[in-house]
Amino acid sequence: MAIFLTAQSRIIVQGITGSEGRRHGARMLRAGTRVVGGTNPRKAGQTIELAGTEVPVFGTVAEAMAATGADVSVVFVPPAGTKDAVIEAVDARMPLVIVITEGIPVHDTAQFWAYASAQGNTTRIIGPNCPGVASPGKSNAGIIPADITTEGRIGLVSKSGTLTYQMMYELGDIGFSTAVGIGGDPIIGTTHIDCLQAFQDDPETDAIVMIGEIGGDAEERAAAYIERHVSKPVVAYVAGFTAPEGKTMGHAGAIISGSAGTAQAKKEALEKVGVRVGRTPSGTAGLVREAMRGR
Amino acid sequence: MDLFEHQAKEIFAEYGVPVPEGRVAHTPAEARAIAETFAAAGKPRVVVKAQVKTGGRGKAGGVKLADGPDDAEDTARQILGMDIKGHTVHKVLVEEASDIAQEYYLSYLVDRSGRTFLSICSVQGGMEIEEVAHTNPEAVARVVIDPLAGVDAATATEIVTAGGLPAEAIAGAAVLAERLWAVFVGQDATLVEVNPMILTTGGQVRALDGKVTLDDNAAFRQDLAAFADPEAADPLEARAKEKHLNYVKLDGQVGIIGNGAGLVMSTLDVVAYAGEEFGGIRPANFLDIGGGASAEVMANGLEIVLSDPSVRSVLVNVFGGITSCDAVANGIVSAIGMLGARGERVNHPIVVRLDGNNAAEGRRILDAAEIPVVEQVGTMDDAARRAAELASAAATGA
Repeated sequence: MAIFLTAQSRIIVQGITGSEGRRHGARMLRAGTRVVGGTNPRKAGQTIELAGTEVPVFGTVAEAMAATGADVSVVFVPPAGTKDAVIEAVDARMPLVIVITEGIPVHDTAQFWAYASAQGNTTRIIGPNCPGVASPGKSNAGIIPADITTEGRIGLVSKSGTLTYQMMYELGDIGFSTAVGIGGDPIIGTTHIDCLQAFQDDPETDAIVMIGEIGGDAEERAAAYIERHVSKPVVAYVAGFTAPEGKTMGHAGAIISGSAGTAQAKKEALEKVGVRVGRTPSGTAGLVREAMRGR
Repeated sequence: MDLFEHQAKEIFAEYGVPVPEGRVAHTPAEARAIAETFAAAGKPRVVVKAQVKTGGRGKAGGVKLADGPDDAEDTARQILGMDIKGHTVHKVLVEEASDIAQEYYLSYLVDRSGRTFLSICSVQGGMEIEEVAHTNPEAVARVVIDPLAGVDAATATEIVTAGGLPAEAIAGAAVLAERLWAVFVGQDATLVEVNPMILTTGGQVRALDGKVTLDDNAAFRQDLAAFADPEAADPLEARAKEKHLNYVKLDGQVGIIGNGAGLVMSTLDVVAYAGEEFGGIRPANFLDIGGGASAEVMANGLEIVLSDPSVRSVLVNVFGGITSCDAVANGIVSAIGMLGARGERVNHPIVVRLDGNNAAEGRRILDAAEIPVVEQVGTMDDAARRAAELASAAATGA
């Protein structure tokens, strides 16, 4: 069953006619994902050829949902238009919206999140600035490479894209139920805690690996949640021990300000609640192997 | 992007937030001239304030009162060129002195855990707000702001009332709170902080200091270039920015190039751990060349990293996810060719670790290219260790 996606998930791409939308739409199709359509108000009624399939283009998310029964939207719309694209999907009551777009002003994210909350959070938002969600062998919504790993029983939640890929690749022989890239921006929709809860409830997940990085206190809050609510083994990795204070490291949210957001504080908070924290990505993969042994 | 105090106050003034009158001086003579203008207007007492993007200026002696033009000139001479927490003072703000009756605190910021914005207000201003929050939490009000509704006059009054401000300051402070919200939204700020916001003996509420951080992601709709600070930028960081590279200069000896922010951060850590065995070898930079890793981007990245004089070895750590490793390997080979053609000699060892999609073919391409300075290592941990070892050997001349 995995989390957030199933083999039956029907996916549309908002911004399907742009270069990123086309490229990754085709990749998703090749990975066996059901990409059933896309949106671009200026090209409504046309089709676009992706990986040998003619995919219909709709003017709005609502039209795309009505015509295709889509239940997931992956957003590749450029930053200036992302807020409106997400609000449109929320208005259409799209169950799951995955925002891949990088470089969105935090005021825009705050506004679309507030909008979704005001509508009762009927739409789950993942991202922005994230690689998406992959349930190997079932569905792949976003830009996570499908062929670096296999289907299995590890759940993964991560702020970082390439570290996610590294971990999926290293543990490819054991395999993953679902990997969720939640993104590294200061404000994100779905959090570490949301994913921990979903993995805890997922009968197809046996152990959870959580990848964090400097900035904010999401890992500390995740640790508090794990202590009370997660009985499955959790292994963690935190990047950014050598990052200096006040310098943004790539992700908009990856910055140490004052005493807040250090990797050391995150590691200590996680270890205090019994989470084993790897020193390097490979070391972390080793700890996951131990956690999965005998399962 | 952090702004200087004077830039923050210039923005405040545009939005109708009362601030003391002042101007920027780069030399003691300019400071004197500004003080003369104030003296002529019947305001001989001025404050000379170091313009640096860090806190604790007052404690470091970077903020001083001056009585008249002579004193202003002397004071500016003392402050200009000072080092405050690693920041050199290149300019001072010369401002009319304010008669302070009370000092308050007000800010707007991003609340990550609440996924929204927050206003913090306190009747106890002038000191570190974290300290007040620690010693006297009741004196610090945190008001959640709905990003869609924003801050109108009623919310502004609610904020300053919650902060415990006295009756005589409420109306004036509420006006500031409403206008500072307009700054926060209008400028795409992630932080607007006024500490202290003061009540003058004349009964006016004004912003005596200003700290503003702007969102780099909003560059497509804000004129961030207007606030560029060429004096402070590291020259290598400035060059990298021109080439649209995500580069941060650090203080070690191993140049780092990788793809993806998380993987690069992790690479810095792994190099630092490995470097402990070699007398404290550390990463020299953060450089994320992004998912694509094209030859041109790789060449630009190598050029920047290699022009750092403290670099002794380079570690290229790429995980081929969407981009396959054969493309990355071809990128590295042509990058080194391109650098040669540009007349840049590559004479530091380059350790390459390729993993992920089509890694075997990528490694074969690099082997076949037979570039003397390039050495391939199979895993990230071993590659980091080798790069640290080579940097250490180069540093000791071994």
